[in-house]
Amino acid sequence: MPITDPALGDVRPYVLTQGRTRPRHALDLISRLIPGEADPLPFMPSAEHSALVDLCRDSAFSVSELSARLGLPVQVTKVLLGDLIDSGALRLLNPAGPTDPEAHLMEKLLDGLRYRL
Amino acid sequence: MACATDSDTAPTDPGPIPRYELKVVVTGGFGAGKTTTIASVSEIDILTTEAGLTTAGAGVDDLNGLSNKTTTTVAMDFGRITFPEQDIILYLFGTPGQERFQFMWDELGRGAVGAVVLADTRRLRDSFVAINWCEHLRLPFVVAVNRFDDALPYEPDEIRQALDLDAHVPLMVFDARERSSAWKVLYALVEHSLQQHSIRQHSHPSASGATG
Repeated sequence: MPITDPALGDVRPYVLTQGRTRPRHALDLISRLIPGEADPLPFMPSAEHSALVDLCRDSAFSVSELSARLGLPVQVTKVLLGDLIDSGALRLLNPAGPTDPEAHLMEKLLDGLRYRL
Repeated sequence: MACATDSDTAPTDPGPIPRYELKVVVTGGFGAGKTTTIASVSEIDILTTEAGLTTAGAGVDDLNGLSNKTTTTVAMDFGRITFPEQDIILYLFGTPGQERFQFMWDELGRGAVGAVVLADTRRLRDSFVAINWCEHLRLPFVVAVNRFDDALPYEPDEIRQALDLDAHVPLMVFDARERSSAWKVLYALVEHSLQQHSIRQHSHPSASGATG
């Protein structure tokens, strides 16, 4: 359900976040989310909260993918995801943050790429 | 702008979720072929996300006639590749090329494997901003010259010289529309990043961030 009412311009997305512009959780563009232990949605969930939870049931989507699929700015998506993490509806696949590109991972990645050359 | 939610259509079995997530930045001047490059290797249709930025008005185009602050929306294209055997999912982000958005790129660059700087020989100057940014973040990068026509008007060495590239930075000529060509560029980048990584480990284990 994209939010693209031109008359509302940039205002509506931040209504969704109740004016909050900073997420409470450190979320990178590639942080991926999966369903949490608990089911409850945040207090007074918006349609966008529900849509985010639904998407994450299908697969572990990244912040950037969720933002693109809902047609919401990244910053707004991060705030809404923060609500869902707080309520337990979603959790980070890698709670320690996105993977650092360590040497052993880059070697793996090279293997994967070599296979496709 | 594609922002379809296709939750109704059953996706093909995505398999187990890869454990590791990595990212690569594809950057360069306007029209250098960032989106084309990503589309050549991405397993999903290119997605676009919008990063809304609130910036001080000075020096920034005023969009709505607001006095002091302007919300600027920067669109970022991206794609992804899953490597099931390696347990890795790789995201490729095309950065907006304008200099004034550099502070936003920093989040993108942090933790990235590296960057592909696309160069268009007709507008080489546009690549400087991207190269400076990589150097500022100490992000390993390769320069990929997108061959728009069959003939390249310059020798790779001439381009290297014009860009004032260090000898260790790989420079290659490729065709962004060709999948195999784009794969080679990615491969060269990861190989280069790995080399840079081991050089840094050996020479300066506690490298601190760039100053100023």
